[in-house]
Amino acid sequence: MPGSKVKRAALTVAMLLLSACASQPPVALRGTGDLGVIVERATGRLQVIETTQRRALAQVSGLGDLSHASVVFSRDSRYAYVFGRDGGLTKVDLLTATIANRVVQAGNAIGGAISQDGRILVAQNYEPGGIKAFDAGTLELLADVPAAYGPDGKRSKVVGLADLPGNRFVYSLFDANEIRVTDLSDPQHPKTERYPSGKQPYDALVTPDGRYYIAGLFGEDGLSMLDLWHAEKGVRTILPGYGRGEQALPVYKMPHLRGWAVAGGRAYLPAIGRHEVLVVELGSWKEIARIPVKSQPVFVMARPDGREVWVNFAFPDNGWVQVIDTIQNNIVDTLQPGRAILHMEFAPKGEEVWVSARDDNKVVIYGTAKRDKRAELPAASPSGIFFTSRAFRTGF
Amino acid sequence: MLIAAFLPALVVPVHAQGPAPDDKRQRELVHMVRQDCGSCHGLTLQGGLGPALTPAALRGKPSEGLVATIIGGRPGTPMPPFRGLIEESEAAWVVERLLEGFPADGGPQSAQRTAGTR
Repeated sequence: MPGSKVKRAALTVAMLLLSACASQPPVALRGTGDLGVIVERATGRLQVIETTQRRALAQVSGLGDLSHASVVFSRDSRYAYVFGRDGGLTKVDLLTATIANRVVQAGNAIGGAISQDGRILVAQNYEPGGIKAFDAGTLELLADVPAAYGPDGKRSKVVGLADLPGNRFVYSLFDANEIRVTDLSDPQHPKTERYPSGKQPYDALVTPDGRYYIAGLFGEDGLSMLDLWHAEKGVRTILPGYGRGEQALPVYKMPHLRGWAVAGGRAYLPAIGRHEVLVVELGSWKEIARIPVKSQPVFVMARPDGREVWVNFAFPDNGWVQVIDTIQNNIVDTLQPGRAILHMEFAPKGEEVWVSARDDNKVVIYGTAKRDKRAELPAASPSGIFFTSRAFRTGF
Repeated sequence: MLIAAFLPALVVPVHAQGPAPDDKRQRELVHMVRQDCGSCHGLTLQGGLGPALTPAALRGKPSEGLVATIIGGRPGTPMPPFRGLIEESEAAWVVERLLEGFPADGGPQSAQRTAGTR
């Protein structure tokens, strides 16, 4: 039949095209396990970087307001999902350094997470308050879960979003003093459980095993902890009144807990309004130590082996980084990598750390064994640094 | 309340608060507002944990109150006092710029590196 001949011819052409593609790959073959991105916040741009050679591979522009951008990775580590401050959610192909897809999903957003199975992205939003779930392949909206509270259904800003086993997500409601867990295993029918927490949770972390969720509180001294293996017991207050009787200092930048620091069975946590890192034993929730540091800690991050914890600080003391020894629980080094240190990211096994110096337009790379400077990369107003090894970690 | 008692002292006409900051300081202030205030209010000042600081969002709000908020903060909210980091005349200059549409960031002042930098 003429019809089938046409079809066969079309098929042949298609196969020729395919084989032509196969013999001329559009990009050089490479893996993605040593790739990452640097957020250039002022220009709304990403640098795609490679950690092995410590170099930039490409730039990707057009991502909107990246002043508080966060990034998660697809489980094949090929795609970076960038959550912009302006509600933009962009899927960036690290191999071709192009935008694979982009939606503007909210008015004012503060980050996101990816599900255990890698199929669902969840954005946490300030405006309108709540979370939204998206298909990681198509960025199609799957679920909209408003963070409504109180008799008149006001919506709270959402903070501290993290992924949990079972395609569940845990997050905190800044205005509603609540922690919520939403089960998205059937995205068309999200199920949410609510737990009253302490006052004004500002950010939170989940431990690497997905068991404990710890939210820092702005409205009181202390932290809220939910044991997700025994969620029926509700939220417990830990380190209550750690600064009792002392006047809290002005907070020029909210600490971040999501760069979690769990090391040797302990959590290292930034105190709010104090020049201290708090150390608490997981499980017993006893205070182990308070480590005096140079200023107000923002990120308190454990080296992947847990032997050290690196700390950066809020404005105006943000040119410093301090390193804590996790056996002695004291400061072993104080560094000045540059002006306005916004973020740190460890190589997957922790031999190097990349540090962004926003006001010096560079990223500084240190070896962690001797804390020696190994390289600098130019970057325009760099903020967050994210490596693809995050793809395989709960809470990242 | 103690803070409320001190507020009237801050409420003085914006234009009667000393000289405008010099060019170098203006550049620093613009950078600080965009980058550091921007961590709560957004780099584009469209809001975040803190409210938007665009001319539309600030319309109808008296300058004196905005200056007082910068200097003294807003107790009970995350807005910290910037007293000690910024002069009142500088805060007034910032408020005037916010009300007319804030300038773009020209970048930080050129580096003055300390000897201890490593």
